[in-house]
Amino acid sequence: MPAPNRAVLARRDRIVAALRAIVPGEGVIVDDVALRAYESDGISAYKQKPMIVVLPGTTDQVSRVLKYCHANTVKVVPRGGGTSLSGGAMPLEDGVVLGLGKFNRIRKIDFDNRVVVAEPGVTNLGITNAVQHQGFYYAPDPSSQIACTIGGNVAENSGGVHCLKYGMTSNNVLGVEMVLMTGEVIRLGGAHLDSDGYDLLGIMNGSEGLLGVVTEVTVRILRKSATAQALLLGFASNESAGDCVGAIIAAGIIPAGMEMMDRPAIHAVEDFVHAGYPLDVEALLIVELDGPAIEVGELVARVEAISRDCGAIYLRVSNSEQEREIFWAGRKAAFPAVGRITPDYLCMDGTIPRAQLPLVLKRTDELSKKYGLRIANVFHAGDGNLHPLILFDANNGELERAEKLGADILRLCVEVGGVLTGEHGVGVEKRDLMPVMFTEIDLNQQQRLKCAFDPLGLLNPGKVFPQLHRCAELGRLHVTGGRLPHPDIPRF
Amino acid sequence: MNTLRPATASELLAAVQNALADATPLEIVGGGTKRELGRPFQAGRRLELSGLNGITLYEPGELVLRANAGTPLTEIEQALKEQRQELAFEPPDLGPLFGEAAGKQTIGGILAGNLAGSRRIKMGAARDHFLGFNAVSGRGEAFKSGGRVMKNVTGYDLSKLMAGSWGTLAVLSDVTLKVLPAAEKTRTALVLGLDAAGAVAAMTAALKGPHDVSGAAHLPLSLARLSSVSYVQGAGRDVTALRLEGPPASVAHRCAELTKELTQFGAVEELHSMNSAELWREIRDARFIVSPQDRPVWRVSVPPQNGPGVAEKIARALGASWFMDWGGGLIWLSVSKDIADAGATVMRAAVGDAGHATLYRAPADLRAVVPVFQPQAPALAALTARVKDSFDPQRILNPGRMYADV
Repeated sequence: MPAPNRAVLARRDRIVAALRAIVPGEGVIVDDVALRAYESDGISAYKQKPMIVVLPGTTDQVSRVLKYCHANTVKVVPRGGGTSLSGGAMPLEDGVVLGLGKFNRIRKIDFDNRVVVAEPGVTNLGITNAVQHQGFYYAPDPSSQIACTIGGNVAENSGGVHCLKYGMTSNNVLGVEMVLMTGEVIRLGGAHLDSDGYDLLGIMNGSEGLLGVVTEVTVRILRKSATAQALLLGFASNESAGDCVGAIIAAGIIPAGMEMMDRPAIHAVEDFVHAGYPLDVEALLIVELDGPAIEVGELVARVEAISRDCGAIYLRVSNSEQEREIFWAGRKAAFPAVGRITPDYLCMDGTIPRAQLPLVLKRTDELSKKYGLRIANVFHAGDGNLHPLILFDANNGELERAEKLGADILRLCVEVGGVLTGEHGVGVEKRDLMPVMFTEIDLNQQQRLKCAFDPLGLLNPGKVFPQLHRCAELGRLHVTGGRLPHPDIPRF
Repeated sequence: MNTLRPATASELLAAVQNALADATPLEIVGGGTKRELGRPFQAGRRLELSGLNGITLYEPGELVLRANAGTPLTEIEQALKEQRQELAFEPPDLGPLFGEAAGKQTIGGILAGNLAGSRRIKMGAARDHFLGFNAVSGRGEAFKSGGRVMKNVTGYDLSKLMAGSWGTLAVLSDVTLKVLPAAEKTRTALVLGLDAAGAVAAMTAALKGPHDVSGAAHLPLSLARLSSVSYVQGAGRDVTALRLEGPPASVAHRCAELTKELTQFGAVEELHSMNSAELWREIRDARFIVSPQDRPVWRVSVPPQNGPGVAEKIARALGASWFMDWGGGLIWLSVSKDIADAGATVMRAAVGDAGHATLYRAPADLRAVVPVFQPQAPALAALTARVKDSFDPQRILNPGRMYADV
């Protein structure tokens, strides 16, 4: 992390007083014990007690807090539900954590325009809960949806098990109100479609709290499908399960969800949830189809036939909502289930071109043996997003080894044409691996964009980028007097 | 004007670096169909991307296609069709709107404009299918963003920023897209005789319902008459169209159900596959307002429920002809060439701060004085200029096309 600014730490009392003038009452937290509650997010390996926590309740307060911090060069770390799996909300020793927890109201439900306007601290599931009485829901469904907030979802561009068909957060957010680090309030989009100027809303999604603080979100809501049915398909090898996924898509079918687990994950889950998963298979697929009953029935039959052609050795179709939910209960409990069989685990999040799955699983297995650490794999098979869970014991001094193994797996993902993170974000965790995927030019261009939003680099610094450059240095253009920057490239 | 036609990514890089060194602004051109869209600007050279063409990767089972930016869209659509796939955002062909031939546009041009057709309401815009790219910035640097996988949050999603930036931030050299299976069957339910408010009420009921509607448009009688689909042309009334797509049995079933529900709004007829495809192509390409060519054309995006009020207010004040797509959320209008500001004042007052109005087609002298893109609030305008600075500090890529000095 960037070195703490001693001068800022020395001014702590003055900063507290200034923040208290903006956010009265209990909204500024300075007590040591209370600050501890904010020292990490969903990835507890990274801990740092913040200098101050501020909990504003209005956009105006957010604006004034940021304006003050900007004027006084105080770093700010925005925080939603604190469920990030990459350290995105990890505090800074000399930074203010800006919690959006008080922004917890739904401002408008507009069924006719099919949108909900929510404050950023509303939970992901809270939006669906507010509209389901009319048969609607909000599509992206990260596993943490009971606790994660819509503001955090925008910051991370969160996914879930239904993204292949219904998209990630960025495909379901239509507008935001946000505050720049300078305190300026801007609105992007709204209840209408498409941006009129640059798609800054698209950039905000997945910007990991580095560009601005979102104070209101407009999302589109969808009508829930009339029916959904799921198939459990067991295979004798990861390869045939992977082939089956490809064959389903090649047949023109886009399932609502398509999840895969390997043998260690299946066993951990079955011991925990008793979902009735078969234990004598190497790989298990859950394929969910949704739509009108007549369509779902037809697609289930097609998927059954395809899976037989791919050599499925186990096949079960859900015959009730209850049974479908049991199929999913296992998958959704995969992380805690693995948590039961190991003192600690690290969850990786690379995405790969799906055809590379057999190779990646084989090489992951080799890496597992090399490092002497077990791995269980759960996998959003439809969109190629892998979640290898590395089992280790921190008390046994295995954290560093686990992190090295994780980094090797992510390097492998990039090597086969994939990416470092599919939905958890770069944060602190994968920051130093960014050069595996991007050149210095690529990363500098991204940081220049950051400079357009936050020229002093005060908003969530130390996340995403492995090397911080000053904006003035990045902005310099190395062309003068008609001389070419790369004279070796032929002119034409 | 001097024209450059790079045939490789490194030639493209050199062309931009030379322009930077000579301080010579470039006009970036794909198929050349939408050159007249935007504010007129001075360019010293024309940079044509037609030499950078060809599909470089297509894996139907992985739903991914990569092509050089100058690849004709028709070539991509043909390759997809052979595998029964498509670009689900339904890219429109706006060539004829600008007096150009149909079928000339490139994939880079479609993405630069973030264009999408009627399926926008269900499947998203071009930006939602844009996975990654290689490009050259106005700093004369080759850079990339994104990748070829469906799910990726590694770094800022610059693909979104490229989509809709009209070539003002970087020159795309290759692009990677998500592709999807094409629907096996299409049917369209037509409700006849509804006014704008009635049409949006019917479309809203359909879009809120369980039938997975993938297109919802409304044609007033005077425009419906121009359709080449005989049912629509001869309807003799305003036509409201709702599209259903999917497996055959599902489509037939849903269409029957939807038709039943729509009878409370008016008389309902059905269009089958061929006629459906033609009608939705006409709507997608805004063909109803292509002629006469001298009439300025606006494209207005508003919340769907605002559609009827906005359309009628503008029609009353300006005598515009118009039709609606996106369930009322997209309004295409053409206005008389004799209105001083092409109707901008009326148009933007009607839209208010809930949406935007873009002057898609107008003579250059009008586009020089009327803001083509929706004017922005000061803080957003300043941020927009800083974003431009970060990619193109010397203003050599389509400078001023979207906003003055940007």
